[in-house]
Amino acid sequence: MAQTTIQDFVEPTLPVSVATRPEKSRPRGNSILLHATVIFASVIAVFPLVWILLSSFKPKEWIQSSQITLIKEPTLANYQALLNNTDFLVWFRNSAVVALFTMVFGIAMSASAGYAISRFRFPGKRPLMWTFLITQMFPVAILIVPIYTIMAALGLINTPASLVIAYCTVAVPFCTWMLKGYFDTIPVEIDEAGRVDGLGPYGTFWRLILPLARPGLAVTAFYTFLTAWGEVAYASAFLNTNDKFTLAYGLQTFVPKDPTLPLWELLTPAAVLITIPSGIVFFFAQKHLVAGLTAGGTKG
Amino acid sequence: MTTAIAAAPSRKSGIRRAFDQHWYAWAMVAPVVIVLAVLVFYPLVNGIWLSLTNTTEANQAAEICRKSLGGGTICTPNADPARFVGLGNYADLLSGRIGKFWPQLEITLIWTVTCVFLHYTLGLALALLLNREFKGRAAYRILLILPWAVPAFVSAFAWKFIFARDSGILNATLGVVGIDPIDWFANTATSLMAVIVVNVWLGVPFMMVAVLGGLQSIPAELYEASAMDGASPWQQFTNVTLPGLRPVSATVILLGTIWTFNMFPIIFLVSKGGPAGSTEILVTGAFKAAFEGIRNYSLAATYGVVILSILVVYSVGYRFFLRKQGEVW
Repeated sequence: MAQTTIQDFVEPTLPVSVATRPEKSRPRGNSILLHATVIFASVIAVFPLVWILLSSFKPKEWIQSSQITLIKEPTLANYQALLNNTDFLVWFRNSAVVALFTMVFGIAMSASAGYAISRFRFPGKRPLMWTFLITQMFPVAILIVPIYTIMAALGLINTPASLVIAYCTVAVPFCTWMLKGYFDTIPVEIDEAGRVDGLGPYGTFWRLILPLARPGLAVTAFYTFLTAWGEVAYASAFLNTNDKFTLAYGLQTFVPKDPTLPLWELLTPAAVLITIPSGIVFFFAQKHLVAGLTAGGTKG
Repeated sequence: MTTAIAAAPSRKSGIRRAFDQHWYAWAMVAPVVIVLAVLVFYPLVNGIWLSLTNTTEANQAAEICRKSLGGGTICTPNADPARFVGLGNYADLLSGRIGKFWPQLEITLIWTVTCVFLHYTLGLALALLLNREFKGRAAYRILLILPWAVPAFVSAFAWKFIFARDSGILNATLGVVGIDPIDWFANTATSLMAVIVVNVWLGVPFMMVAVLGGLQSIPAELYEASAMDGASPWQQFTNVTLPGLRPVSATVILLGTIWTFNMFPIIFLVSKGGPAGSTEILVTGAFKAAFEGIRNYSLAATYGVVILSILVVYSVGYRFFLRKQGEVW
């Protein structure tokens, strides 16, 4: 949609050093100010996570205390309680299954569609692009009840499959859009060379373009995984037995109705354990984040 | 440019010819189209239909089935099935007879405008900093993107923990300087502020990464040329940086607005809409209509249609506004 403007001068192969300011011309005071600001921002970005991590090792009475302590009588008791006395591991497995399947299906669908939209001119292409944008506007509120009815008709309520399907509808349009933008930045000559060497359109896509699109795919994987790993509304609506909950829903059971305080001694270790897998996915995707997102998400 | 390789415009018409030429592209987009058709467009039409009926949990089905104690199900025919009520739901919702549409819309607007404004300005500021070369830039970048890697519901709980009245570190810190503990979720203003803080924390990394990408696509020559012409840093910022970012900004602000408007988990989990529903936005209001108490599916669908209409009008207006300013978009 915004494709005519920015593409003209972007060759995103390695955009990191294109327009950065040189370091030498900066006075010392500015440099200190720069570092101070960035450190301050980083502390804010990291603090809630560090605080949860530190708190998860405190005994229950110290978690609930109003005294500020960073480390107090460190113990693994909270983790033991979480793993042994709750269904956390079951929820964890459910979430992992849902997230992995969403990731695989989401990438497969959005990569092939994104490639077709990027490379071929075909009737229905423009409406399709518009559809992807408009789909972003659909509030969960309008889709959730009808999708619920469809899932009920298919007998899928309270199954991981219902969530995978629902999450694909959330993730696929955006990912297609993003990957289309990324494929646009891969020179067409590569396709042509593949064709000259006797590859069919599918071979070109699979053997030449996909390997080159790894940064874009990494971002897509990150996005779909995170969408599925953290989604709350559909999970809260579709699941209804404890053994089928995903983490997003299961954790809500640790927050009882209002006057009772949330069970922080279970929530804090749970938060830590949940963040680890998404942190791992993030770690692998992060170095591609700027390149992948620039090429796709912002150019459409 | 890159999109033009495959098919030259077909000279012969006819479905057969179109198929021969385009079947490959169609086959590749088919899975997405089918998924969208079945799970977005059919539900959309269905949702619009629901909004014109009086469907609730009680009258939804032709038969009412309940799980019996023995584990089986017992079904009885529905005595009062859902029926068409025209625009009755819209009248109820917009006149405030059912639900609290206008207060919720007000909160939604405050929430969306504040969040998107802070997302964008903070994201821009951090991106400008990260676009300079300095020691440890890569490490800072990872730290600053980190909130994005955490699932929203985990962040929601983490911040709820920080804001907690008795054991939260925020109140504890305020206590050190002699301020009494504040019950953040006990009044509308502080509760709204708290959820906005959480969402800003959550959303800045995306904006930062997007803007950073946009910054790196601005050719360095433009800065060199403007510096040669004696432009001050501020002039460079307003005359080179901001115009160069326009395409990126236009897209991320539009997307950001849509996403924030529909942002469900933060308010649902952090303030739970409280106190007394006063920080409920339209989306959480709709969800509560659909899945809490007696499930009022038709009211939720009505909410959905209204939200969608607002966003469509906004996007069309946004696009028109950009066009008027000469943006080809």
